[in-house]
Amino acid sequence: MGSAHSMSEEVRELVSKTGFSSEQIEQLHRRFKQLSGGQPTIRKENFNNIPDLELNPIRSKIIHAFFDNRNLRKAPNGLADEINFEDFLIIMSYFRPIEPNMDEEQLERCRKEKLRFLFHMYDSDSDGRITLEEYRNVVEELLSGNPHIGKESARSIADGAMMEAASICVGQMQPDQVYEGITFDDFLKMWQGIDIETKMHVRFLNMDAIALCH
Amino acid sequence: MAFRVRGTTQEFRFPVWGLLFLALWMLPRVLGVEEIPGHNSHENQGFQIVTFKWHHVQDPYIIALWILVASLAKIVFHLSHKVTSVVPESALLIVLGLILGGIVWAADHIASFTLTPTVFFFYLLPPIVLDAGYFMPNRLFFGNLGTILLYAVIGTVWNAATTGLSLYGVYLSGIMGDLSIGLLDFLLFGSLIAAVDPVAVLAVFEEVHVNDVLFIIVFGESLLNDAVTVVLYNVFDSFVSLGADKVTGVDCVKGIVSFFVVSLGGTLIGIIFAFLLSLVTRFTKHVRIIEPGFVFIISYLSYLTSEMLSLSAILAITFCGICCQKYVKANISEQSSTTVRYTMKMLASGAETIIFMFLGISAVDPAIWTWNTAFILLTLVFISVYRAIGVVLQTWLLNKYRMVQLEIIDQVVMSYGGLRGAVAYALVVLLDEKKVKEKNLFVSTTIIVVFFTVIFQGLTIKPLVQWLKVKKSEHREPKLNEKLHGRAFDHILSAIEDISGQIGHNYLRDKWSNFDRKVLSKLLMRRSAQKSRDRILNVFHELNLKDAISYVAEGERRGSLAFIRSPSTDNIVNVDFSTPRPSTVEASVSYLLRENVSTVCLDMQALEQRRKSIRDTEDTVTHHTLQQYLYKPRQEYKHLYSRHELTSNEDEKQDKEIFHRTMRKRLESFKSTKLGINQTKKTAKLYKRERGQKRRNSSIPNGKIPMESPTRDFTFKEKELEFSDPEETNEYEAEEMSGGIEFLANVTQDTATDSTTGIDNPVFSTEEDQSIFTKVPPWLSPEETVVPSQRARVQIPYSPSNFRRLTPIRLSTKSVDSFLLADSPEERPRSFLPESTHM
Repeated sequence: MGSAHSMSEEVRELVSKTGFSSEQIEQLHRRFKQLSGGQPTIRKENFNNIPDLELNPIRSKIIHAFFDNRNLRKAPNGLADEINFEDFLIIMSYFRPIEPNMDEEQLERCRKEKLRFLFHMYDSDSDGRITLEEYRNVVEELLSGNPHIGKESARSIADGAMMEAASICVGQMQPDQVYEGITFDDFLKMWQGIDIETKMHVRFLNMDAIALCH
Repeated sequence: MAFRVRGTTQEFRFPVWGLLFLALWMLPRVLGVEEIPGHNSHENQGFQIVTFKWHHVQDPYIIALWILVASLAKIVFHLSHKVTSVVPESALLIVLGLILGGIVWAADHIASFTLTPTVFFFYLLPPIVLDAGYFMPNRLFFGNLGTILLYAVIGTVWNAATTGLSLYGVYLSGIMGDLSIGLLDFLLFGSLIAAVDPVAVLAVFEEVHVNDVLFIIVFGESLLNDAVTVVLYNVFDSFVSLGADKVTGVDCVKGIVSFFVVSLGGTLIGIIFAFLLSLVTRFTKHVRIIEPGFVFIISYLSYLTSEMLSLSAILAITFCGICCQKYVKANISEQSSTTVRYTMKMLASGAETIIFMFLGISAVDPAIWTWNTAFILLTLVFISVYRAIGVVLQTWLLNKYRMVQLEIIDQVVMSYGGLRGAVAYALVVLLDEKKVKEKNLFVSTTIIVVFFTVIFQGLTIKPLVQWLKVKKSEHREPKLNEKLHGRAFDHILSAIEDISGQIGHNYLRDKWSNFDRKVLSKLLMRRSAQKSRDRILNVFHELNLKDAISYVAEGERRGSLAFIRSPSTDNIVNVDFSTPRPSTVEASVSYLLRENVSTVCLDMQALEQRRKSIRDTEDTVTHHTLQQYLYKPRQEYKHLYSRHELTSNEDEKQDKEIFHRTMRKRLESFKSTKLGINQTKKTAKLYKRERGQKRRNSSIPNGKIPMESPTRDFTFKEKELEFSDPEETNEYEAEEMSGGIEFLANVTQDTATDSTTGIDNPVFSTEEDQSIFTKVPPWLSPEETVVPSQRARVQIPYSPSNFRRLTPIRLSTKSVDSFLLADSPEERPRSFLPESTHM
């Protein structure tokens, strides 16, 4: 860990930026290096080398999210070609567990952040709306793990979900009213009452788990 | 008759109480009290037409009577909602037991009917624990497994040790007076009184709806601490019989080893039997009627097996239930599943009732009472205080690692919810009086502790929970979006763990579910079940069902389903006027309907608090609704009897028919997409055939349609739809088709023979049948279209690429979600939109 000392300034910056502890950053950095093959940046192809990820039905969406400029807080749309370690950490920080001493406001912000990440994953064309097409796409991928569910039923499930969303968000619609898609506000509404902040987290360990992993 | 009733003079006037008293009075005879041999004998007077053979039936008779009394008591308790909402049922049952025990005592001065450990451990406990395991919310349970294990193992050891040692310390100080107890006896007592009791916890916590996490922690602890209790109890029991001076260090090590053997062995037995059970249910397709039996028998065998190997029986049956639930529920038919669910609930709640009542009865026996104020009071104080301390210490430790922190409030409830119950009582009764000199003191103290925790704490925990504002469990309808997002979540989280190289819950869960899908499910599930067992599909299915039901209900309210009723007969035929408010038929029908819906739902909720099955609710509701308001046959149907086959009687079939009709198109559209075109075509074929059949029927001149044919034909088809899947269909297609043809042929024959005696139901007259198809609402229309859920028709989300305008009235026919415009607007009045959307 010779680099740990020289990186300490950067690490401190990253700690304040992402909220990870320096040990966690250390560990994630090792993982980053492993993924990138020693390069300073990661490209999409690098993710293909993770064997466990292969079985994940929404793999492409998740990998996509890593390069999404909205998630990287760089631009309102578009994709990055490659991400560096800091970007990697930013993405990871969406999945940090909530701190026990957070107040209401922080909690709310944390919750919104997490949901925004999720929302961006659904909203692939970054127009601020999850349209039916986009939703269907996700559901199809999501259910592709089950070989017994055809595309058609995936579609109809997506349709059903969309209608449900519409009925939650808009309530009774007028005959000529049109529901164009789920906006982020609608998305928040749908998630009301579900404590996402306790669900959407990964326990980032301080110890090295990579050795066990491979 | 030689049998004379001795106590008739004391008998009560009321029949119920008379019966009850009779039962109680006879009790002493059941257990051990010797009968005078000649008492029942009579001189040989030749053949007697009627003989009174009480002794012949005595034992089972009395058991049945006790069960009846306990069940009647439950009815009585629930007559008053005020009482049951304040006092937990378990407390009421104990009090009832005390009263009944008192009556028995007053009558006979012998208290011989008590809760014996054998009966408790072999017959009463297994159903309760199996129920707990089978309905265990697995994800919640395994998510909190670490916490539960810590409380169950360390917590119980802590409780046992501190209680035992403290009591010993106080004993040394001499407050308790002169008792012949050694340190080991105290530890033995501590170990049996330490364990939180699953029966008591369940009974009380089911009525206090605390949040899921809190519930699973307390409840899980109470289940899993059994291994600790058993080991501690056995260890100290053998130490006591060895004598304090002969206990060596080796024995202590053996004790610790035996803990691991007992707990892991019990778990392993449970898993093995769960595997066996899942495997067996995979092949029960042709013996549907005994299918539910396997679930009970094999789980019970797991209990007995581990008892035989002196492993933890409770752990075995718990894990048997936990592990098999997924596969069993997928494998067995829906009817069997319902049977299993209800039988299990019935057995469990019956056993619970009996346990608490007999706890009360057992207490009325002066022979066991040895009062020692200091000992009893101190025991009460110690178990409460040490439990609280233990919980606080462990929670402090756990909160360092837990994501969802356990708050102070949770800790209070957890400490307070540490109820002791029948397990402790049964264990203390098992003690050998020769070895444990003060057994009676232990027994009476245990009884006091159990009564105190169940009655006092059970009574006060509800107000406490309310006062502390503990997060309650919310009852939430399944939402498709939630399920979808939840699924997406699991994948995202496991992906993030993969990417970041962590091994966490999600990683393990992901690996497990992959393994499950690839190996276990293939091995243990029917092929058809493997396909339909997707939760998202299930929710989708449930929502669709719900939509359909609200559609029917609403339609009825609006009178647009009037075609179901026959215009040719007076209205009375179809509407059951025995229900209240008969005068305002049109209005009341819907009101009643809603009322019924709500009450049925409530009942179901009460029954299935931990695991709710919407589909089942819907079935009941629909059935109820239909039975009440739709077809009312004039004549009784003959009931076909078969031991091996459960044919729902014709009445029910008719009741269900409307529902099936309504649902069919919907389901078909869903299934056709799910199962592929093959199925659809076949369905269409059958459908046509059915219609042909109808037409044939309609040619019968007198208008008296033999009802069985379309109905049976229909249900048959439904069933086939329900249980077949493409693969199996392909395999068995020829067979099934020929079966179908044969069946139809049979039906036709029936038609011929039955037409004279045919069931004369005006509702089913030809015209009506036709009218159903002429006035068809869209979901009944014969064309093959994809019919969206009701919400789809009501509120189609607009997406420019797909829909022009999707409204109830005007729809794009291009869209997948479009439906036929066959129905007129008034058939689907817009005013019912709110109901459907706010379900």
